[in-house]
Amino acid sequence: MIEERFDAIVVGAGMAGNAAALTLAQRGLKVLQLERGEYSGSKNVQGAILYADMLEKLIPDFREDAPLERHLVEQRFWMMDDRAHVGLHYRSDDFNEERPNRYTIIRAQFDKWFSSKVREAGATVLCETTVTELAQDAYGRVIGVRTDRHDGEVHADVVVLAEGVNGLLGTRADLRERPKPDNVALAVKEMHFLPRETIEARFNLKGDEGTVIEAAGTISRGMTGMGFIYANKECVSLGIGCLVADFQKTGETPYGLLERFKSHPSVAPLIEGSEVKEYSAHLIPEGGYNAIPQLYGEGWVVVGDAAQLNNAIHREGSNLAMTSGRIAAEAIFQVKSRKDPMTKENLSLYKKMLDDSFVIKDLKKYKDMPQLLHIQSQNFFLTYPQLVSKAMQSFVRVDGTPKTEKEKTTLRSFVKARSWTGLFGDAYRFARAWR
Amino acid sequence: MHIVVCIKQVPDSAQIRVHPVTNTIMRQGVPTIINPYDLFALEAALELRDKFGGEVTVLTMGPPSAEDSLRKALTFGADRAVLLTDRFFAGADTLATTYALATAIRKIGDTYGAPDIIFTGKQTIDGDTAQVGPGIAKRLDLLQLTYVARIGALDLDARTIEAERRSEGGVQILRTRLPCLITMLEATNEIRRGAMKDALRAARATIVKWSAQDAGVEDIAKCGLRGSPTIVKKVFAPPPRAEKAALIDFGSRSPAEALIEDIFKRQPKLEAELVTLARGF
Repeated sequence: MIEERFDAIVVGAGMAGNAAALTLAQRGLKVLQLERGEYSGSKNVQGAILYADMLEKLIPDFREDAPLERHLVEQRFWMMDDRAHVGLHYRSDDFNEERPNRYTIIRAQFDKWFSSKVREAGATVLCETTVTELAQDAYGRVIGVRTDRHDGEVHADVVVLAEGVNGLLGTRADLRERPKPDNVALAVKEMHFLPRETIEARFNLKGDEGTVIEAAGTISRGMTGMGFIYANKECVSLGIGCLVADFQKTGETPYGLLERFKSHPSVAPLIEGSEVKEYSAHLIPEGGYNAIPQLYGEGWVVVGDAAQLNNAIHREGSNLAMTSGRIAAEAIFQVKSRKDPMTKENLSLYKKMLDDSFVIKDLKKYKDMPQLLHIQSQNFFLTYPQLVSKAMQSFVRVDGTPKTEKEKTTLRSFVKARSWTGLFGDAYRFARAWR
Repeated sequence: MHIVVCIKQVPDSAQIRVHPVTNTIMRQGVPTIINPYDLFALEAALELRDKFGGEVTVLTMGPPSAEDSLRKALTFGADRAVLLTDRFFAGADTLATTYALATAIRKIGDTYGAPDIIFTGKQTIDGDTAQVGPGIAKRLDLLQLTYVARIGALDLDARTIEAERRSEGGVQILRTRLPCLITMLEATNEIRRGAMKDALRAARATIVKWSAQDAGVEDIAKCGLRGSPTIVKKVFAPPPRAEKAALIDFGSRSPAEALIEDIFKRQPKLEAELVTLARGF
């Protein structure tokens, strides 16, 4: 065992862990951060979009040296059937601002940079060190961690669990349950390299402008899931993810979905001639508010993906991770400043502060959405996209059919597929879940 | 006992790519590692220290980012790390490199005690010359054992060391006087996983950084590009093989039969020659 004691041990060096370690170190606490990967970011997988506001709260001048790819000026939503997509497309020159709001990033590079800031702030960062279990005293209080290194037990007043979506420490110590298959999505992603000019021409971009395409529909074969295409400087990140429970049920394969997504006539031209250099897969917490576990206890708090803090509807995860990490650190700092012990009661401050933030408020707003989309996945991801696509085609195709007749046919197709009660029920349930 | 281990930070060759147009090595974004042969050297040094006591100093010459490799060496358990870094060292070939390293080793000797053994890897995976180890030995006038697969008995009183040296004909078991320089081969040991206390120490350690002046370099003209008679004229990727593998349809023939027929078809003279040869027996 290591004699030296720390104020806090942060397990994991992803967005949540780095935010927590940075904040704790900035406040003058003695911090040890442990990461199993070779470096921060070596194990992390994300699309990835960075939300500037949440990072500014940690590192106000991050734009000066952070490895950023493109700032987003455009967002496209695609509802897809097998041959078409119906799109909603928002682009604004307002996003070409001095301090852009969202960026595409490559996590391996970004996290390395983030980690260097954590070190500069004074935290001791140890990579290639796996925490194997939590050290607990006779009363079950968390007093530190055990690692896979020789004589690797280290003690601290509090342990911040930023161990990621499939965090085994917390589940092994019975602090929370393993995520259920209908609460996590499995996403696969590829990096398609193309010359910069090609990307800018294909996505209608200039300079460092970037765009994001989020796609849902028949690409997920009736499963609850989404595809995405993000334009980076010299590569396109492209991926698709669906609920693990749906993969289990249907026997579909993630790479099968990805291949079909890539060969879709709306997608294929965007990546034609590219060189694939990276293939990765990761779990994403999608259970929403109802899946959030106990967030604090005797000597511990849990942040980020490990706490299921991910807004699946708005595709926001890393900012919830950063914010929960920062808030947990601020709560710990407050308890520490009062010279109070890191008890469950005192650490409940973290939950209170998080409840007051957008993190819990947003998740609460959509609390019924994951369940609805899961149960109704056949309708929302297969039936409706097909109906809408047909309707759109009928609307734009000029073939001498009177418009009233076209509208009647379209309406009949909807009623035939879902019945009047079904249609109203879906609309009502969706509106309620959105509210 | 004081052991100095020379290591080099090299691009991870498993992940290196050649630029399709310019044929130059694309170093940008390629992860770096400690030259794998150097890890066998480091482990051999650490094992000797653990058994006989003393200290292991790790030395490298490179850009400031080579600090990562030294920190890693400290994580494995090395006691001290010295980074030789100066723009005067840039572009060095093996002659200039051995000059700088030998100078630094003298300085290490003056500062932390004269080394009994100097270890290097057999060669680096980016330069592949295997000249630096022997070059240092020559400059420091040390006995040298190259291509060593295993360290044998060390007798500190008699100041001798035994080592198994792999040669083309077999294994030579050699004994030599200390101090000496040993270049290590692969695969007889495996770098250890550093203990928690070493990992913690490494994460916080300040790496000693020496400029050419700090290291006591007297003749700057012998360093870096200026001191390097070797000039890289061209770096190129071998052209990919244009010929595709032939697919032979066996049909009703046996694979051997089909293969022989195909070979004879491609080499018309071969059949006659073989037949003549066979008649000779």
